[in-house]
Amino acid sequence: MSGAAVSRISGPAVEAKGVVRCFMGEVVRIGSEKLIGEVIRIENDLATIQVYEETIGLRIGDPVEQSGELFAVELGPGLMGSIFDGVQRPLTRLLEGWGDNIRRGGSIHRLDRKKRWEFEPAVRVGDMVEYGSILGFVRETRLVTHKIMTPARTEGVVAEVKSGGYTISDPVVILEDGTGITMKQQWNIRHPRPKAERVSLTSPLVTGQRIIDSMFPVAEGGVAIIPGGFGAGKTVLEQTIAKFSHADIVIYIGCGERGNEMADTLDQLTTLTDPSTGDSLMDRTILIANTSNMPVAAREASIYTGITVAEYYRDMGYKVLALADSTSRWAEALREISSRLEEIPGEEGYPTYLVSRLGAFYERAGKAKIAGRKNQTGSITIVGAVSPPGGDFSEPVTQASLRLASTFWGLDSQLAYQRHFPAINWSISFSLAYRDMAKWYMEKIGKDWPAMIDRTMKIMAKEEELSEIVKIVGIDSLEDKERLTLEAGRLIREGYFRQSAVHPVDAYCSISKQAKILAAFLEHVDAMKGALDRGAGINDMTGSAVSEKLLRLKESAGDTIDEAISELRVERKKLFKSLETQ
Amino acid sequence: MRDPLVREYRTIQSIRGPLLFTKRPPNVAAGDMVTILVDAGDKRDGQVIELNEKHAVIQVFGMTDRISPDYTLVRFKEESVKINLSPLCLGRVYSGGGEPIDDMPTPAPSKRSDVYGSAINPVSRDIPEDFIQTGVSAIDGLNTLVRGQKLPIFSCSGLPANELATMIMANAGTEQDHENFSIVFAGMGITSREADYFRRSFVQSGAVEHAVLFINLADDPVIERLLTPRFALTMAEYLAFDLGRHVLVVLTDMTNYCNALREISSAREEIPGRRGYPGYLYTDLAGIYERAGRIKGKKGSITQLPILTMPDDDITHPAPDFTGYITEGQIVLDRGLNRKGIFPPIEVLPSLSRLMDQGIGEGRTREDHRQVADQLYMLYARGVEQRRIASIIGEEGLTDMDRKYLEFADTFENEYLNQGTESRSITETLRISWKLMGDFSDPELIRLDKEYIAKYKPERQDNEPSGD
Repeated sequence: MSGAAVSRISGPAVEAKGVVRCFMGEVVRIGSEKLIGEVIRIENDLATIQVYEETIGLRIGDPVEQSGELFAVELGPGLMGSIFDGVQRPLTRLLEGWGDNIRRGGSIHRLDRKKRWEFEPAVRVGDMVEYGSILGFVRETRLVTHKIMTPARTEGVVAEVKSGGYTISDPVVILEDGTGITMKQQWNIRHPRPKAERVSLTSPLVTGQRIIDSMFPVAEGGVAIIPGGFGAGKTVLEQTIAKFSHADIVIYIGCGERGNEMADTLDQLTTLTDPSTGDSLMDRTILIANTSNMPVAAREASIYTGITVAEYYRDMGYKVLALADSTSRWAEALREISSRLEEIPGEEGYPTYLVSRLGAFYERAGKAKIAGRKNQTGSITIVGAVSPPGGDFSEPVTQASLRLASTFWGLDSQLAYQRHFPAINWSISFSLAYRDMAKWYMEKIGKDWPAMIDRTMKIMAKEEELSEIVKIVGIDSLEDKERLTLEAGRLIREGYFRQSAVHPVDAYCSISKQAKILAAFLEHVDAMKGALDRGAGINDMTGSAVSEKLLRLKESAGDTIDEAISELRVERKKLFKSLETQ
Repeated sequence: MRDPLVREYRTIQSIRGPLLFTKRPPNVAAGDMVTILVDAGDKRDGQVIELNEKHAVIQVFGMTDRISPDYTLVRFKEESVKINLSPLCLGRVYSGGGEPIDDMPTPAPSKRSDVYGSAINPVSRDIPEDFIQTGVSAIDGLNTLVRGQKLPIFSCSGLPANELATMIMANAGTEQDHENFSIVFAGMGITSREADYFRRSFVQSGAVEHAVLFINLADDPVIERLLTPRFALTMAEYLAFDLGRHVLVVLTDMTNYCNALREISSAREEIPGRRGYPGYLYTDLAGIYERAGRIKGKKGSITQLPILTMPDDDITHPAPDFTGYITEGQIVLDRGLNRKGIFPPIEVLPSLSRLMDQGIGEGRTREDHRQVADQLYMLYARGVEQRRIASIIGEEGLTDMDRKYLEFADTFENEYLNQGTESRSITETLRISWKLMGDFSDPELIRLDKEYIAKYKPERQDNEPSGD
């Protein structure tokens, strides 16, 4: 029984006097409402606590209970398809107890204790198990099979195995030393779960977005960041990737963002179905929602909660995608707490440890052999949105993220103003992972793919250069050949890079369709060049019905694309021939 | 008669800006309200913002003049800031501190609520998807407002943001459920001229009966300004979720609010973030803006229309910047358009409504709405680009095609944007859109489906019937 009590209250930072055997990161419960907090500083018997809930109404002298435990999430069946807040309180079940608004304190089990899951064992009596070994399977949702794994610090020989319907608190495997293993386990959110060995990243995580997959792909196990001012389309892009990417599991962390947006994401993922199975996409998704008006300390915790859950599914051997929207809000939470602690600030008031914390977070991405089961791999790909103030990429969070990410999708307000989405600016974006993945592309699409991409990039660079010239001296100063490059750039921009997030066909574009369309564009550019040499006028070729057809290729479904391309070929031949003979 | 929960102390130790440092009485909680009895008959309100074992820090709502450690009493109330609510609040005018200022008796409360509110569980939120016809083409046609959305107006000093807001307020309720429509108006740090303008326009339009006004003038206490929007939103939540009304909340001017927050923060000697604003500006603003929306199973809704002035016309200033990151889009006013005499001077390119798609289309506005908006954006963006080029190389340097876009930009501004104070139906807005696009050939209208072109595009030789 500890006699610790509140001795100072300043926003989300609270001090408690009289703590005993207190340790860094210990979870405490404060006051009669038992608000959750975590110890972040200790001086003698004085502990500073970061409180995950609103502290209005707390009094000096309120009791502080020490739990003796680190801040941990609960892992087990029941995670998938759920929506949690930043400290893993289940929002759907909170609704039943609390009504429409979030209240404070209260203790609710993170995962449902009553639900029975059908446990199908994978071990037999006499088997040796250790950390990471698979004990059995549970069909968690229609899309996801949950693998029950041996928790940390547990090993031995299996003495008894159960099979059938059990709750997550019932032991399903009993070891010879009497240890009962249940389907749930705890993991401290600030400690990465171990991996056996990293493996190199040689394949992309396909997103179905042309400008990403073709030009700036993110590797499976890599890190991509999306900085962009407001209105540049970060959230829509994250939502689109959550819907269409070829990941087994999606963890969507809404960190300090809009409530309506979270409701919208939840709604879209619930109603959208997997094209191949017809199941709701929410069946493979977990949402962590800590909206901007929810407590700031819980916002700080939310990305760790999310990434720990991601690691748990990675350890089952899945391809996990973790989306964080937005890391800037997380950094601001860090800044707010740091300033309450009266720490000496670094750049723009952010604490000096901002860069190392960001680094530690992004390093939890990767593709790895699984600890305990080296013959299997799992991966986590992180896509982090960044919200630079004033859209200025020189600010500390964007700069720190840029050094850590291997893929950078720079969003551009000017493109967004023209309603060109995704507003990824092709001249500033990059993918460092491309070279390592070239082999994958050549095998999947064709040997000439890297050359096609190079050529496309060259056209776009040249187009940009020429546009600058036009702005100064006018289009008349350009030769026809240069005007052709301008037109080629316009076509690629409009017909290939631009992709509608709401169009039923265009919203997702498979890799093979991407290859066919890009080839059609390059073929069209060659044809224009040929026609130009044979005397056709550049003005007659632009804005024609043929180029309209080309621009609309993306709207043809996968099974009609070949037909659309050959139709285009025929019409173009006819048109260009008439132009040449004029 | 004395409330047993109320205790008075003469314990002020120091005074700094709007902050009092007093000895900490037992039992006081963070966020509690206090009354400061300066001397005979002079009372001020305050709030406990920080506590340690010895001291309480109190933020004074009002001036600190005449407050003295020697004779001023502090009365601790042991509850946080609250407001009395009742259906009879409709039609009333309150000060920014939540006191009635219209010389009428205080209505008997049917409910008393904490003004800080609590976050809506994202699972409880219903998707905002009901179209609100504001009568303004640039909003209805291109940046549609829906019920439960928060859509700010970014203005510059000297631009008619108030007139636009009045126009929207007058139209937003003229639909089938006029009966259920209310306006909550919060003026923060506004001049008495602006306050008069709004009060007068409420009376003229008759809207005053279903409106509640909270007015904090430029010479009212700065710190009261921090509570004004919270009083207004607590009122709005009561009207929307207890009484089932559709509430439009107008908050003006949010830049004044941000400046008040900065002033208090610097008095508290906090480490400043960008341009002197506190690091928690984003979180604080979110606590206001996030109180918009709809709740599943409840009839009412809260739609927010915050107005803010961009200092030095700078959209990257922290006030508009953080607002834009929280709100669901923005309507940006432009000095250049205003100079050309265009009203409302809405600069459509940086304007945006994030929830537009949910409120438009077949069954809501019209099937072609999304594509028409996209197409107009594309044509206008190109026209503006040509205008920039023409200003360098002259119009002669443009191709015929480019000149067509340039002309489109002019016609668009004059015919589509410039509507004066007359409101337009969405059908009318769409009709004008198609008329403007009629000058382009079908392949140039790449964002439109062929079937819509066939159905809606006017014939080129066709003379437009005058008047509609």
